[in-house]
Amino acid sequence: MKVKTIHFIFVLLCGIIRMYSQDERSKKVNHDFELELEGEYRYFYNDALFEDQKDHFPSFAVRPEYKAEWNKGYESINFKGFFRLDVDDERTHWDIRELYYQKAKNNWELSLGLKKVYWGVTESNHLVDIINQTDAVETFDGEEKLGQPMAQFTWITEKFGTFNFFYLPYHRKRTFAGEKGRLRFPVVIDKDDLTYESSASAWRQDLAFRWKHYFDIFDIGLSHFYGTGREPLFTFDLTGNINAFYPIINQTGLDLQITHNAFLWKLESIYRRADAQEFFAAVVGLEYTFSNIDGNGLDIGLLGEYLYDERDELALTGLQNDIFFGSRIAFNDTQDTSILIGGITDLESSSTIFSLEASRRFGSSWTAEVEARIFNDIDQNELIFSNFREDSFLRISISKYF
Amino acid sequence: MRTSILVGIALISISIAAAQSAEERGLQIAKAAEKADQGFISSIVNLKMTLKNKNGQTSERLLVTKTLELTEDGDKSLIVFNSPKDVKGTSTLTFTHKVGSDDQWLFLPSIKRVKRISSNNKSGPFVGSEFAYEDLSSQEVEKYAYTFLEENGNLLLVEQDPVDPKSGYTRRIVTYNKDKGYRIEKIEFYDRKNSLLKTLTYSDYKLYKGKFWRALTFNMINHQSNKETLLKFSDYNFEAMLADEDFTQVALQRAGK
Repeated sequence: MKVKTIHFIFVLLCGIIRMYSQDERSKKVNHDFELELEGEYRYFYNDALFEDQKDHFPSFAVRPEYKAEWNKGYESINFKGFFRLDVDDERTHWDIRELYYQKAKNNWELSLGLKKVYWGVTESNHLVDIINQTDAVETFDGEEKLGQPMAQFTWITEKFGTFNFFYLPYHRKRTFAGEKGRLRFPVVIDKDDLTYESSASAWRQDLAFRWKHYFDIFDIGLSHFYGTGREPLFTFDLTGNINAFYPIINQTGLDLQITHNAFLWKLESIYRRADAQEFFAAVVGLEYTFSNIDGNGLDIGLLGEYLYDERDELALTGLQNDIFFGSRIAFNDTQDTSILIGGITDLESSSTIFSLEASRRFGSSWTAEVEARIFNDIDQNELIFSNFREDSFLRISISKYF
Repeated sequence: MRTSILVGIALISISIAAAQSAEERGLQIAKAAEKADQGFISSIVNLKMTLKNKNGQTSERLLVTKTLELTEDGDKSLIVFNSPKDVKGTSTLTFTHKVGSDDQWLFLPSIKRVKRISSNNKSGPFVGSEFAYEDLSSQEVEKYAYTFLEENGNLLLVEQDPVDPKSGYTRRIVTYNKDKGYRIEKIEFYDRKNSLLKTLTYSDYKLYKGKFWRALTFNMINHQSNKETLLKFSDYNFEAMLADEDFTQVALQRAGK
C-alpha cells in the first residue's frame, strides 16, 4: 500500500464529506464498528524443498470495520482494514481492503475510493474476476483481494440489465511469499523487481466495463478490461534469463449460470490479449444439491468443473487441463457447520491437489476454521506446482468478533 | 314415494353444493385475506430470531427484512443479517412468483460475491431455525389448494394443500380471524407422513395504517424435535416508499456491504 495512494483517497473522501455535511437533509447518521481478531496456525508437515523455508507458521490477524450511513442508507462511507503478523516477513502485511464513499439514487449508484468487486460464477477458478489484485500470500485459493482504487458507476435498467463502468487510476502489485515462506519458487520473488509495460507504471489509467442481466433461469455477465493486468507475465529469453513484468492487456470475459431446479450449470471464459501473449481460458461445470436429506436440514452438494487454459504450463494457476470435483456439506444447524472437500486433478499427469475446508461457530461470537491442502504425486515437470510438491499443509484458525 | 325421491335428490344436490363450497369457501377466505392486506406497498421491519433447542439453550439472530408488494406477481423481499457477527451482511434477494419457482440470490460479504441459488430447497430450515424457507416466503393464494373445515365464532379453519410437490408438508391447517381483516392466528403443519410436525402461533397483533394487521410475535414449536423458534418483529415502517430499484442485485450488495 503506497502512502501516496492513501493520501490521494483521503483527500478525495474529505472533499466529499465536506460537500455532503452541508446538506441539511442528510439527517440521521448510523455508525457501525466491528472488529475481528484471528489466531492462525499453519503447519507444513513435509520437509521443505528450498533452503530457509519454515514448517510452523503461527500467525495473528486483525480486521477492523467501520461504516457510517445516512440518507436512509443511500449514502455511506465504508472502511475495512487488515493486518497480519506472520513468521514469513512477506506475509506480515497490512492493507486497506475498503475505504470508499457510496451514493445510490433511483437507478444509479456511485462508489469512490478503495473497493472490492467480485465477478463470476465458478468455484475452482475465478477467471473473469479481474478488478482487484489477489492477496497471494493470504490464502491459497486466491479469494482474498487487495483494495482497488476506483470510481465505479452503476446504471440499472429493468429491461436491459445492469451496466457497470470502472475507472481504475492505480495498479497494485502482487506479493509473493518470502524467504521463510512456503508455496514459493526456488528464487524468492520480490514484488518490487517486477516492472510495468506501461511507461506510467502503476499510475496507468485503466478502464473496465461489465454488463450483467438475468432472464428467467439465466444469469449472464459480459465484461471487458483494458489496462495493466493483475497477473505478472514471465518470459524467458534465449540465455535463460527470466523477465517478469505486468503487461498491458485487453481481456474480455463471459460468465453464465443456468439455475434449473437443484442444478446450477456454470461457465466462465476469458480471452486475454497482450503484446507478449494471447490466450483463451475457460471453466465449465455444474453443482447439484441434495437438500434437507434427513429432514433435519442436511444439504449435500456435488460439484464438478473442467478447467482449460491455452497458456498450458505457463498458466500461473497451474490449471490448464484439469478436472475439479468436490462436495459441499452444510448441516444448517445453529452453529452453521459446513464442510467443503474436493480435489483438482491434472488430466495429463498424476498431479492432484486435495483440499478440505470446514467451519463452525461457537457461542455467538467465536468461529473456528480448519483447512487442509494436500499436494499428491505432483509431476516434476509441472512448471508451477512442482515447486509446491512438499508444501501440503494444515491450517487452523479461531476468530473472535467484537 | 315421489317426495322421498325428491328429498333424496335435494339431499344429494345439497351435499354436492356443500362439497363444492368447502373448496370454494376455502379459496374465498384465502382471497379475502389477501385482499385485506393489499395496498401496503412496501415495508421495512427488524426481526429478532431466538432459536431454542430441546434443552432450552438459546441462540439469537438479528435481521432486517424489506418487502415490496406486487399484485401482478409475487412480492419481492430483501433480508439482511446483522448478527451473529461472523455472518453480518449476508443477504438474500427473493422474487416470489405466483406460479413456478422463485428467483433467489445470495450475497456473501466476505468475498463480495452475489450467487444465484436454487429455490428448490423449500422444506429445509432457514438458518438452523424451525422455520422452513417456504414458511417465510410470500404467501401467494396460487400456492395452495383449499378446503374449508369449520367456523368457530369469528375463527375460520381452512386446510391448505401445497401445490408444489417439493413442499415439506402434506397440508397446513390455518386459522383465520374473520373479524380482524382475516389475519392468521395459528397454522398447524403436517409433514409428508401426515403427522403433526409444527404449530405456529401469531400474537401481539398491531394494526398499521388502520388496515394492515401485523403480528409482532411468531412462535413456532416443533412437536417432533421439541425445538422452538421465536420471532419478534419491531419498528415496522410502512412509510419508506420502496421501489423496484431497492430490490435489485445492486441493492442486495449495498444492503450487505
